[in-house]
Amino acid sequence: MKKRHYIRPLDIKWGRIDMTHGSGGKAMAQLVEEMFLAAFDNEWLRQMNDQAAFAVQQGSMVMATDAHVVSPIFFPGGDIGSLSVHGTINDVAMSGAIPLYLSASFIIEEGFPLADLQRIVNSMAEAAKEAGVPIVTGDTKVVEQGKADGVFITTTGVGRVPDGLRISGDRARTGDRIIVSGTIGDHGIAILSKRENLTFETAILSDTAALHGLVAAMVAQVPDIHCLRDPTRGGLATTLNELASQSGVGMKIRENAIPVRTEVAAACELLGIDPLYVANEGKLVAICAAADADALLAAMREHPLGRNAAIIGEIHEDEHSFVQMETAFGGMRMVDWLAGELLPRIC
Amino acid sequence: MTGAMRYVDEYRDGELARHLSGKIAKEVHAGRQYRFMEFCGGHTHAIFRYGIADLLPPEVKLIHGPGCPVCVLPVGRIDSAIELAKNPRVILATYADMMRVPGSHFASLIGARAEGADVRMVYSAADALNIARENPDREVVFFAIGFETTTPPTALAIRQAKRDRLSNFSVFCNHVLTPPALRGILDVPDVLLDGVIGPSHVSAVIGTGPYEFVAREYGKPVVIAGFEPLDVMQAVLMLVRQVNSANATIENEYSRAVGVEGNRKAQALMEEVFELRESFEWRGLGWMPYSARKIKPEHAEFDAEARFGVSHHTVPDHKACECGDILRGVKSPKDCKVFGKACTPDNPIGSCMVSSEGACAAYFSYGRYKAA
Amino acid sequence: MCLAIPAKIVSLLEKSRAMIDIGGVQKEVSLELLDDVAVGDYVVVHVGYALSRLNEEEAQKTLALFAELDGSLE
Repeated sequence: MKKRHYIRPLDIKWGRIDMTHGSGGKAMAQLVEEMFLAAFDNEWLRQMNDQAAFAVQQGSMVMATDAHVVSPIFFPGGDIGSLSVHGTINDVAMSGAIPLYLSASFIIEEGFPLADLQRIVNSMAEAAKEAGVPIVTGDTKVVEQGKADGVFITTTGVGRVPDGLRISGDRARTGDRIIVSGTIGDHGIAILSKRENLTFETAILSDTAALHGLVAAMVAQVPDIHCLRDPTRGGLATTLNELASQSGVGMKIRENAIPVRTEVAAACELLGIDPLYVANEGKLVAICAAADADALLAAMREHPLGRNAAIIGEIHEDEHSFVQMETAFGGMRMVDWLAGELLPRIC
Repeated sequence: MTGAMRYVDEYRDGELARHLSGKIAKEVHAGRQYRFMEFCGGHTHAIFRYGIADLLPPEVKLIHGPGCPVCVLPVGRIDSAIELAKNPRVILATYADMMRVPGSHFASLIGARAEGADVRMVYSAADALNIARENPDREVVFFAIGFETTTPPTALAIRQAKRDRLSNFSVFCNHVLTPPALRGILDVPDVLLDGVIGPSHVSAVIGTGPYEFVAREYGKPVVIAGFEPLDVMQAVLMLVRQVNSANATIENEYSRAVGVEGNRKAQALMEEVFELRESFEWRGLGWMPYSARKIKPEHAEFDAEARFGVSHHTVPDHKACECGDILRGVKSPKDCKVFGKACTPDNPIGSCMVSSEGACAAYFSYGRYKAA
Repeated sequence: MCLAIPAKIVSLLEKSRAMIDIGGVQKEVSLELLDDVAVGDYVVVHVGYALSRLNEEEAQKTLALFAELDGSLE
């Protein structure tokens, strides 16, 4: 492969993205080569084609895509880069599939500092490497100042579902148990706390993580998991309502069983938001038959990303697909869909 | 979910809840109705969020009061706020609670923002002041709402703005008072109450004295209750006991934060900056005398109404909206024809459905499974 | 009414401000509505302002009230 010669290297320290970086010319080629290809480096990218080719495997393939527009771009525990890699890997993994390849497309705002872009790209490279899922193709566009909030990243992933797995949102059945893989609300509070100037004794870090390893351990133990989903935007409450609705069942959960870090609960109190609706980026919800629950829970707890896994409730018949919760206080309440946006309240 | 939040966790203890529940069940006279109104929207929210009604015997009926400043703001005032926001020179700073409240034709601040208005959510009045300092070439208007808990911080902001000689800061003042609203409720003929659960933090500011008229003139007991669910239950028990002994006094369950005199410093501050409006329109309660505050003439430069010539328009509620009756305690959310159908938290017709403290929102989000 | 939360004063800052802590979360608030606040005091915080001081003695009395037995034979 003949390396192209550029007059000056990219000025990572002080340089900024300008419109030439998106025009398709030399400036863009240099950006792609010296930043993206250098960081993501793999056999597909080295070929420098507009597409990546790979053999189609037998069986069922899955594909998932996610756009990432998080603000602030850098937050405690992660950044938009690691988030975009983990997020799509997780979407693929929630079908039980083994994630194979990722694509990444960038929409960058004119004026965005190259130093920040490098940081994001390095973060993505690290996340992809750690997960064992290469970024094999991508795209770059630049828009005028004000038309994008710094940078937007869209990742798409493909994976292969091992034979025999049928994990789907409509498979929850009466009697099934609901398990959550760990503490909820960490990511959303890490983000909000930065915006609202909250500090913590023990820092709250986003829980952003690739969950395919945990999922593999889970299906190895219990191949007949009924449902898997990661509670991202809208939190645990939204995911439970989605699953209840898809499966046409009702749910009953216990507030006391839901793991929440003390600081996260306290931050939610201060801000007037309900931790059930706060986003998570490294947690999953699993629904399985009652007989499998204990084994599944044990398998999850063995894995570093499932140490605080807990059974939080069960499925019952309900034509309205309500999600109900026994409060820590003793009374019952509904856990409804999120209405509008999650806004901190004063009243 | 357990934690280490002092003065919070102990007041949410499930075992004590069962204990109190038992006590209340034992002390109510079988078959007799006890109708108590929790005035404050924060209490309404707590009642639904913790499922407190499940722990009370059927003899006790909780009626939801109008103590939700978002809910009682009439459509006309919301329209005025939206109009202010649409002024290209204005940055409207508002509490998040107001963003989705529908004005006329389902307009809202969040809708106005989508159309290009500069509307910013703030956590406190001080944040609004900062925006004014950071944007000297823009007019910053703070959309102030709230009862007596939220009024002193606004007063502080105005006083600070005066000291700093800020020339681009003003307040669209919609602060309202609790005692007149209580009187308004008690005067409603169809509302039969046996007692009132008094607000926690309004009382921390105004003290217990302002409630005496309820016992003296209306013969009803008031128990000022803390914010936590055990506080609410204890207050119910205290009210049951008063009713049983035909008593009518003002009791203070929230003695750990509320004193007889309230917060004198906060009261003096409010006196310094505000005066009472002769009359103010409340959604549901209509025009009520001396029930709301406006900025004193000597501080007129910080009064958005004076600065921008905001005029008041009485706009009727949407035809199908029963917020008025719900706020007065005459109807319950279930009685409203559009509840849960045309009117939901995502598509609210009235304010009771938008505000997380509104009876309709609370019932819809936490309790509608019971009716289904 | 209105969302207010009890928090502990962990340090006093200039211009009548303080750092409060609740459950390990810290935030700066204004003390302009209260006098004579000391580190270690618990206050009720609303929209970034400390509104009233919590009285420990009264707090204990209230908790005791909750737990009170009704005195009758059961």
